[in-house]
Amino acid sequence: MTPLLASSDPLFAHGVTGVVILIVLIKVLVGFGALMGAVTIMIWFERKAISDMQSRIGPQRWGPFGILQTMADGLKLIAKEDLVPAEADRFVFKLAPYLVLIPALVTFALVPIGGTLHIAGHAVQLQMANPPMGILLMLAMSGISVYGVMLAGWSSGSKYPLLSSVRASAQMISYEAALGMTIVTIILATGSLTTHSIVDVQGGGIWHWNIIRLGIVPFVVFLISITAELNRPPFDVVEAESELVGGFHTEYSSIRFGIFFLAEFMNTITMSAIIVTLFLGGPAGWIPNVAHLKWVFPIIWFLLKTTGFAFAYVWFRAALPRFRYDQLMDLGWKRLIPLSLGWMLIVAGFLIAPAWGFLMASLVLLSWILLSRAFMLGQSRESGVEAVLPTIGQRPIPGAVIRRLTDGES
Amino acid sequence: MSAVAYAVPSILIFATAAVLILVGAVGVIALKNPVHSALSLIMTLFGVAIAFVAQSADFLAAVQIIVYAGAIVVLFLFVIMFLGVDRRQHANVEPLVGQRAFAGVGVVITVAGLIALMAKAHWVTGAMSVSTNGVALATGQGNVKQLGTAVFTTYLFAFEATAALLVIAVVGAVLLARRERTLQSDEVEV
Amino acid sequence: MNVPAAWYLVLAAVLFGIGAFGLLTRRSALIMFMCIELMLNAVNLTFVTFARTLSDIGGQATVFFVMVVAAAEVTVGLGIVVAVFRRRSSISVDELSELKG
Repeated sequence: MTPLLASSDPLFAHGVTGVVILIVLIKVLVGFGALMGAVTIMIWFERKAISDMQSRIGPQRWGPFGILQTMADGLKLIAKEDLVPAEADRFVFKLAPYLVLIPALVTFALVPIGGTLHIAGHAVQLQMANPPMGILLMLAMSGISVYGVMLAGWSSGSKYPLLSSVRASAQMISYEAALGMTIVTIILATGSLTTHSIVDVQGGGIWHWNIIRLGIVPFVVFLISITAELNRPPFDVVEAESELVGGFHTEYSSIRFGIFFLAEFMNTITMSAIIVTLFLGGPAGWIPNVAHLKWVFPIIWFLLKTTGFAFAYVWFRAALPRFRYDQLMDLGWKRLIPLSLGWMLIVAGFLIAPAWGFLMASLVLLSWILLSRAFMLGQSRESGVEAVLPTIGQRPIPGAVIRRLTDGES
Repeated sequence: MSAVAYAVPSILIFATAAVLILVGAVGVIALKNPVHSALSLIMTLFGVAIAFVAQSADFLAAVQIIVYAGAIVVLFLFVIMFLGVDRRQHANVEPLVGQRAFAGVGVVITVAGLIALMAKAHWVTGAMSVSTNGVALATGQGNVKQLGTAVFTTYLFAFEATAALLVIAVVGAVLLARRERTLQSDEVEV
Repeated sequence: MNVPAAWYLVLAAVLFGIGAFGLLTRRSALIMFMCIELMLNAVNLTFVTFARTLSDIGGQATVFFVMVVAAAEVTVGLGIVVAVFRRRSSISVDELSELKG
C-alpha cells in the first residue's frame, strides 16, 4: 500500500480487502453524486435568491419554483453546437474545462461531512479521503485550479479572454499567499494536517470552533481570500462583463461552457464546505439522543452550515460592487498578507505562552505602524510631486483637489 | 502482509511516475510552443511528486505541487502571456554547427557516468544521519514532524539564509521588472 | 516492499540528462529556465531517494531548500527576461551578445 493512504484512515488499518474497496467505491459515488446534485440545486438557489434580492421572480417554469431550470439549461447546452475558434489552441482549449472541474472534485473529497460509522467491523469516516497531508492537498488543488482559468483564456486565441486569464493568474496567486498563511494558523492550533483532526479538535462546543478560538481575523481573511480565489463577486474582475465581455470563457460554447459553469458553482459549494470544516467545526453540533440515528445529525449540521455560506456568497454577489483591479491587488498584498502573517505570529506566540503572545502582539503592532507609514510614503510618491505637498497656507487641501491632482486630470 | 504483496503496487507507482516524468521532460524540450512546454513541465512535476510520495516524502510532495505547479509554472505562464511570446515561431536553425550532436554526446556521457557512479559506489550515511537517530523515515504526519525538526534545528541557519534570499529575490525582481515612471506615463493618456 | 532505489536514481539521471540537453540546445530563455527546473527536479529526486535509502531526513531538508532557491531563481530570472524583452522584444539568448569582445 502506498504511504499516502496508510497512516490516517482507520479504514485501511487491517489491510485492503474487497469490502474496503467496496466501501471506498460507495463513498466516492455517493459523495460525488451528492455534490453534483447539490450543484444543480445551488445554481437554482443562486438565481432564485438573487432574483428575490433584486425584486425579480427568477426561474419558475420548470418544476415547482423552477427547481428543474438547471436541468433544462444543461440539456439546452448539451444540444448546442460545440464551437472551437479557428485561432484556438485546440488541445489546450479542450483540456481547460476539466482543469477547472477536477480541483473542485478533489477538494471536496477532503471534507468530512459526518462522524465515523462502523460498518461490518470497519471504521468508516464519512469523508471520501483522509490523506495525511489533508489540508495541504486543498492548497495544492487551489494552485492547480489557476491553470483551468488561465489556459482557457489563453487558448481561446482572443484578446479579452487573454486579458482575463492574465488577471486571473495574478489574482489567484496573490490571494493564495494569504490563504496559505491562515491555513498555517489553523494547522498550528490543531497540531495536525488532516481535515479529520481539524474537525475533531473543534468538537467540544461552539467555543472550540476555530472562528472563535483563533480570533475572528483568520476567518475574515480566509473568507475574503477564498472568495477571490473563486473569482466570485465582488472579486470577479476575471469575468467582469462590462470590461471583458465574458471573461475567460467568452469563446466557449455548448457543454464546455457548461463544465465551466458547473465548476464555478461546484467550487462555491466546495469552498463553503472547506470554510465550515476549517472554522465552524464541520459536522460538530448538538446531537439529540435518538437511538440508531445519531450519525444523521452531524450531517444535518454540516449541511446547514454549508448552506449558510452558500447563501452568504449569493448575498455578496447581490450586495457588493465589483472591486477595481488595483484595489483588489492592494487589498491582497498590502492588507491581507501582512494581516494574516501578523496574526499567525500572534497565535503562535500564545500557543507557547501568554507572555510570548503579548510580545508577538506588540511586535506585530510595531511593524504594522511601520508598514502603514511605508505605504503612505509609497502612495504619495506614486501620485506625483503635487500630491506630496501637505498644506496650502494653514489649511489642509480639500479631498477633491487632491483627487484632481493625483488622478492626473490634464 | 508480506513484502511481495506490496511489490506490484510500488512497481505500478514507479512506472506511472517514470512515464509522467520522462514524457513531460521530453515535451519540455521538444515542443515548439512555450505554453505547451510549461504544461509538459507540470506533468513532470506531478511525476516527481508521485515519486516523492512513494519514497515517504509526503510533505515534499505537497510542497512540490504547491510551490512548483502552483506558483513557479504559473509564473512562467504569466510571463509567456504577458510578453506575448507564445505564438512566435523561433527559427529552427543551429547557429553553432553540430551543437545538437555535441550536446547529445555530452549528455549521454554525463548520464552514463552518473549511472556508473551509482552502480559502483558504496553509499554510506554520513555524520548528519543523527538527525533521525538511525530510525527509518516516517510517512504522513511523522514525516512532517521529522522534517520540521530537522529544518528548525540542524538546518536553522540555512533556513534563515533562504528566507533572506527570498526577500532579496523579490526586491530584485520588482526592481528589474518595474517600468521607469516618466512624465508621459500610461495613466495620463486615459 | 518498495522498488529498488537504483530505479529512481537512474530515472533521475535520465531526467537530468534531458534537462541538460534542452538547456544546451534550446534558444528561448524561458525554455532554458524550464530545463533548469527539470535538472533541479532530477537532483531533488536523487536527494529524496537517498534520504529513504540512508534513513536520513537531511536529504529531504535539502530538497526543501532547493525548492526555495528554485523559487527565488525563477523570480529573478523571469524578472530579467521581462526586462530584456522590454529592451529588444526578443527572448532568444543568441541575440544577447553585446558583451562579446
